[in-house]
Amino acid sequence: MALHTEPFILNIGPVHPSTHGVFRIRATLDGEVIVDIEPVFGYLHRGVEKLAEQRTYTGIIPLTDRMDYITSMSNNLAYVLAVEKLAKVKVPERAEYIRVIMAEMQRICNHLVAAGAFINDCGAFFTPFLYMFREREKLMDLFEMVSGQRLTYNYMRVGGVSQDLPAEFLPALRKFLKEMPAHIAEYERLINDNEIFLARSRMIGILPKELAINCGISGPVARASGVKWDLRKADPYGIYDRFEFDIPTGTVGDANDRYTVRIAEMKQSLRIIEQAVEKIPAGPVISDVPKVLHPPVGEAYGHLEGPKGELGFYLVSDGGIAPYRFHVRPPSLINLTALRQMLIGWKIQDAITIFGSIDITMGEVDR
Amino acid sequence: MTELFANPWFHWAFYTVLLISFALGAVMGLIYIERRGMGRMQSRLGPNRTGPFGLLQAVADAVKVLLKEDIVPANADKVVHWLAPIVAFVPVLLIFAVVPFMNGAMLADLNIGILYVFAIGSISSVGIFMAGWSSSNKYSLLGAMRDVASIVSYEIPLVLAIIGVVILAGSLSTNEIVKAQANIPFILLQPLGFIIFFAAACAEINRSPFDLLEADSELVAGFHTEYSGMKFAMFYLVEYAEALAMCAIISTIFLGGWQGPVLPPWLWFLVKTFGMFYVMVWTRTTFPRVRIDQLMALAWKFMLPLALINIVVTAIEVVIWPTPAGLPWVLIIVNFAVAGILIVTWSRLMKYGWGRVETTLR
Repeated sequence: MALHTEPFILNIGPVHPSTHGVFRIRATLDGEVIVDIEPVFGYLHRGVEKLAEQRTYTGIIPLTDRMDYITSMSNNLAYVLAVEKLAKVKVPERAEYIRVIMAEMQRICNHLVAAGAFINDCGAFFTPFLYMFREREKLMDLFEMVSGQRLTYNYMRVGGVSQDLPAEFLPALRKFLKEMPAHIAEYERLINDNEIFLARSRMIGILPKELAINCGISGPVARASGVKWDLRKADPYGIYDRFEFDIPTGTVGDANDRYTVRIAEMKQSLRIIEQAVEKIPAGPVISDVPKVLHPPVGEAYGHLEGPKGELGFYLVSDGGIAPYRFHVRPPSLINLTALRQMLIGWKIQDAITIFGSIDITMGEVDR
Repeated sequence: MTELFANPWFHWAFYTVLLISFALGAVMGLIYIERRGMGRMQSRLGPNRTGPFGLLQAVADAVKVLLKEDIVPANADKVVHWLAPIVAFVPVLLIFAVVPFMNGAMLADLNIGILYVFAIGSISSVGIFMAGWSSSNKYSLLGAMRDVASIVSYEIPLVLAIIGVVILAGSLSTNEIVKAQANIPFILLQPLGFIIFFAAACAEINRSPFDLLEADSELVAGFHTEYSGMKFAMFYLVEYAEALAMCAIISTIFLGGWQGPVLPPWLWFLVKTFGMFYVMVWTRTTFPRVRIDQLMALAWKFMLPLALINIVVTAIEVVIWPTPAGLPWVLIIVNFAVAGILIVTWSRLMKYGWGRVETTLR
């Protein structure tokens, strides 16, 4: 006798422990299996793009901090790269090195949060999360040294960075660089071969290579699917062409690959920082840029390989003190486009794992 | 004093009061151990502000929860919603009736003690299902359904795992089982049974990594999502009292209960019980959570066959060596070897680690 069952609708979110902010998945379930989902976002919309059109070019930098609050350094950098392209500003050598150090530190910072939260979504009760936050704390101390802030740094400026590194920064960073590989090895030892973790993450939420490319997915999520695409190599901005590093890629594109790619990227970031710390020259950290910028009429698109993917800013200038149009290409939002294809057919528990493995920040999705 | 205890009415009254106060007091101890222990394991401090070393944190939490407003959802089945915490709590208290704290120091020395434990113990899942069903909340319902599924699956390996012990002890009475461990605790004679029993007990009382019914990362709080105030406290109490009861049972049938040198028997019992709980805290902080189909697969494909083989092996051993004189070293070695070989070969047989279900490519 076949039992007649009926699908039912479960609203996962907007306020839910695992939606990483205010995100809602309207899931149609058949028992525990997901039949259909409809992602609903916009709960955190603050109109950053419109707000930015009323501000001076420098005044926009704090706004970018608050988009993806996990990675504000990268947001700052992506935005100032766009403005520098627009206004054709040169950046001093020392500032370029500081930017690379900051961007890579921010990448480690983000991947620590992403990996920790992902294992948490697999059901581990906060242990990996707190272990990774222990190291994130050290990074945030370093950020605090240079910018005075722990989360929203507002550090990058058009033409450089806001202030030089304090004297105690580089020794502290060297100490961190020495300790961090052991910590990464510790995470790998503790969780990578855990049978339950593998059972929960391997072959779950597979994102095929073609789908990843067609959806415009970038960053670790795309690389986990085997797309060897990294803007630091593909379109080197700043001075990234001077550094030696590899692009870790996954093979299948499952949740576990996305996790391992992030762990591998942390190691590569450490390599880049080590090289940058070796070579960092003395000199000014900001070029001579007018306080109120009047970029020539035109448009520019500045992008970088953010921790979550390609983060781009598109600016249109009408010659005034504020951009005529300010548009963001948020990696979090665009990486979510394949969510439906990735979730259908899996159980609710897998859905949470898959969603966690994409690594989004709602502040950036909704802006 | 002895003639006073000979009076059954006094015996019952004394032990009833003792057991209820023990359960409630020990639960506070467990909560303290869990929170501080987890804090240590997670490289943080844990609660340390209330009282010396945060000892009064559980008391403060209890007072807070007592003062909270009790909210019943508008669409809830009010009567069932009200009854559920009680139905869940009472059976857990009843388990303690057959737990021997010292030689014969128990409420009722039933000759079917172990059977009674499992008969009573699974009733509390009825209360959990009532809670999930009556809350008219989809998360609660999913949690409750998972609970029923896991209880149905894990009762079987749980009961089968102790049959080996029963064969060795020759009795179902908990006190007799402890007495039979005068020479050697059964964990050494029944390593496989112990592993299966511990894992199944974790699933039975919904401890990590099998805590699917209150999986906070997907089901918010599972069956007690819609409970607040004292009713929530009751469920919290059930959770820890169940853990305490299971730990007490494990220490009784596998770790030798109150048997032990130097220390007084009741202290041995407490040490073993709390030690077992610490192991549970340890697993909770270490492992991620399994998925519902993996949970089922582990029970039916891995633990059930191994438990059956364990029974056969134990029966053969008892026939070959009817009464082992002194320390049965041969038995210990044989049993550990059998357990190791079985677990490894079964994992190999299933092609993937410990009962893992490889999800097929879509």
